[in-house]
Amino acid sequence: MQSEKQSNSLIKRILQSISEAALIPFLAILTAVVIGGIIILLVGGDPIRAYTGLIQGSMGSRKAWSETAVWATPYIFAGLAVALAFKGGLFNIGAEGQLAVGAVFSALIGYALPEWLGFDLPVYIHLPLAIFTGMLTGGIWASIVGFLKAYTGGHEVINTIMMNYIALNTTSYLLNGVMKDKSPTNVIARTPLIAESARMPEIFEGLRVHWGFVLALFVALFIWWLLNKTTLGFEIRTVGLNPDAAKYAGINVKRTIVITMLFSGMLAGLAGSIEVTGLNYRHELGFSIGYGLDAIAIALLGKSHPLGVVLASFLFAAMRNGATRMQFLTQLPVDLISMLQALILLFVAADAIIRYIYRIKAKGERVVLTRGWGG
Amino acid sequence: MTEKTTTPKVILEVKGVSKQFPGVLASDNVNFDLREGEIHALLGENGAGKSTLMNLIYGLHRPDKGDIIVNEKIASIHSPNDSIALGIGMVHQHFMLIPVFTVAENVMLGDETVKRGSLDRAAVAARINEISKQYGLDIDPNAIVGDLPVGLQQRVEIVKTLYRHAKIVILDEPTAVLTPQEAEDLFRIMHDLTARGVSIIFITHKLKEVLAVADRITVMRAGRVINTVNPAETDSAQLANMMVGRQVILTVDKQDHEATEEILKVEGLSARDQRDLETVHNVSFSVRGGEVFGIAGVQGNGQTELSEALTGLRHPTSGKVTIAGKDLTGKPPRSITEAGLAHIPEDRQRHGLVLSYSITDNMALCDYYRPPFSQHGVIQPKALDENARKLIQAFDVRTPSAFVNAGKLSGGNQQKVIVARELSRPVKLVIANQPTRGLDVGSIEYIHSEIIKMRDRGVAVLLISAELDEIMALSDRIAVMYRGQIVAVVETKNTTREQLGLWMAGAHVETA
Repeated sequence: MQSEKQSNSLIKRILQSISEAALIPFLAILTAVVIGGIIILLVGGDPIRAYTGLIQGSMGSRKAWSETAVWATPYIFAGLAVALAFKGGLFNIGAEGQLAVGAVFSALIGYALPEWLGFDLPVYIHLPLAIFTGMLTGGIWASIVGFLKAYTGGHEVINTIMMNYIALNTTSYLLNGVMKDKSPTNVIARTPLIAESARMPEIFEGLRVHWGFVLALFVALFIWWLLNKTTLGFEIRTVGLNPDAAKYAGINVKRTIVITMLFSGMLAGLAGSIEVTGLNYRHELGFSIGYGLDAIAIALLGKSHPLGVVLASFLFAAMRNGATRMQFLTQLPVDLISMLQALILLFVAADAIIRYIYRIKAKGERVVLTRGWGG
Repeated sequence: MTEKTTTPKVILEVKGVSKQFPGVLASDNVNFDLREGEIHALLGENGAGKSTLMNLIYGLHRPDKGDIIVNEKIASIHSPNDSIALGIGMVHQHFMLIPVFTVAENVMLGDETVKRGSLDRAAVAARINEISKQYGLDIDPNAIVGDLPVGLQQRVEIVKTLYRHAKIVILDEPTAVLTPQEAEDLFRIMHDLTARGVSIIFITHKLKEVLAVADRITVMRAGRVINTVNPAETDSAQLANMMVGRQVILTVDKQDHEATEEILKVEGLSARDQRDLETVHNVSFSVRGGEVFGIAGVQGNGQTELSEALTGLRHPTSGKVTIAGKDLTGKPPRSITEAGLAHIPEDRQRHGLVLSYSITDNMALCDYYRPPFSQHGVIQPKALDENARKLIQAFDVRTPSAFVNAGKLSGGNQQKVIVARELSRPVKLVIANQPTRGLDVGSIEYIHSEIIKMRDRGVAVLLISAELDEIMALSDRIAVMYRGQIVAVVETKNTTREQLGLWMAGAHVETA
């Protein structure tokens, strides 16, 4: 009886905390949709048709669902990367670069390893190896920034941005040079196709959605478990919330910063690997432009919670995917979607606007995403 | 009755004011009046409703019921701007100053004097000088606020209110951040202000101060006014009873106790602060099991750096720290904790707690990684819950549940969470730095008794405090720290308050 009562109140508490956390993002989306509709009206469009097109294009058919999942996959991985760093008190703007590093190395293992070895590998070795290499290299790339932060105080925002330039330009150099697809017809900066043994099998015949999407959902669950149920997660969150108290509690703050960046980079690297092994079967210059930056928006909208990140990824994926149908139905430019996304983010970031419009009292402390230069 | 010869007029009156917050009736039919030129102390424990009442007067909240009458007119105060216009000024406990601005810039902020499109610093400085001279504040308008000691920063806050022609000044816990000398200066300034017709509401929970400076005292408890009394007709014990609602033991009950073997040994320890200045200089002492070793001293004489160097939060530059026979010089906090240290840190919100964590998590902050709280790297929520439930009960933490965030607790309950966590572990040494700063009478009483319990159990206790009374009440031996050095070590029974005060002020002595 007693325990039943307790578990009831526990469920109630969890539901309450979910609805509290989701309230602002939900209202932000609603408000953005309304304002977006007004803007569509002002430019002479039909908002109902536009939004219908958006929904049809993203959820109207099996194929639409599949494509939305395809879009959502890298968003989930990269969104988790940024969210995990946020939890550890770090602002990882470098997901874009880490993703590129992961993609390059995955592709390399994917197409070149059989050549180097001189024999073909079975899929159960080659595929995991390609994915793992991409994940690890993305992690190592990010952990450099972690080291700089922990041992020299170099701010991660500056350093991840700088590392993005290094990663993206080096990728460009490699894809135009030694790693370029040598087939005579090719003029694009891209790698050769990866071996069959490094490709992810499709889930449904004829649809592009791949096992990477399922993996993304599992990884989200894993990150939730890591953060909330493990000793390491406790350390990451404690360092993120109060590094002074973490030090007092005996946590090795510097090591935790490096580990947080390593894990964050591994997730971003995974985003790149999965795009290569599950979807494109090669790395092509410019395929990822924006994933790493959208990931920041997704982590913000998802309040850095793994479940929130998954939901936010779906929203962003649906908008990207439905945009084409919307354009077809209404002749409105696809850029409208970027505007909608920007509006949503604006309202999530400046939640005071939403609180004012809907008369919601501020409760508890504000989300602190990152500290100042001294932090 | 010691009424003043001419009955002064009532300048501010609060009549039957109630304010409901979700779950608490923070003000319950409160009546309060302030006479012209008096210091009216508002005394109460944390959470008694003092701050709510002041926020109502200052316009940060609106009362649900009742009236606030200023200068015999019902005032409608919607924001601090309204209250400032009515001549009410407030000095918050945490100063609202911009450290990189000058005094003049801070004072004019929000009420800038402009001449030909630029700030008229000269005019503002002249007014500040005038105010400063009039009230004996001794403030240089061109000084950078960040360079000023805390006591002077507080005066800048007072100048800010006077600059806006305040006739009523609210001081919220003004002595919490001050040294005893600075507090004395503040009291003198308060009297200068009232002598010139300013009325002061003095919010505090320190009984002695109230008896020393107040003209009248209003005691609040649980949102209600318990009584308004004259200091001449009351004493500390009676005020404490009104505040807490029960008998309070103001002296610490302490039996003689034999000290055992040496637990903490400090030899020639030196440490530097953030600015790379050596603030702990060649300090040596030892603490034995079963004794409380107190370190007295005016704040800022190296106590912070000393305790940080001992607990692993700061690297000592030289010297040696031994705990229970183990050399732990410069070791990280975890090694020292595992050697048997319980650390009650000076800044409970910065070091002692993660405010957005639940009480449950905070109760395991130092032990989360070992069994039973963690098994194979996985947190065991059941063990955490059980631990929290046990400690909340054993240490009387007042909270609706263990899931409440530590940040939502009152200061006294926050400190109890830390004390519960630290003292419930099997420890050999307790280092308590300012363990009762800013706490209410009930919590102080409780924490003192816990410290004595540890000592009686044979634990070595190092107590660092700027409150001389606390040091004298708890310690078996006392060291005085002055400019980074231990200038004297004495047995408590062989010394006096006056003697310690002299050493604290730097009078040269031979080490006993």
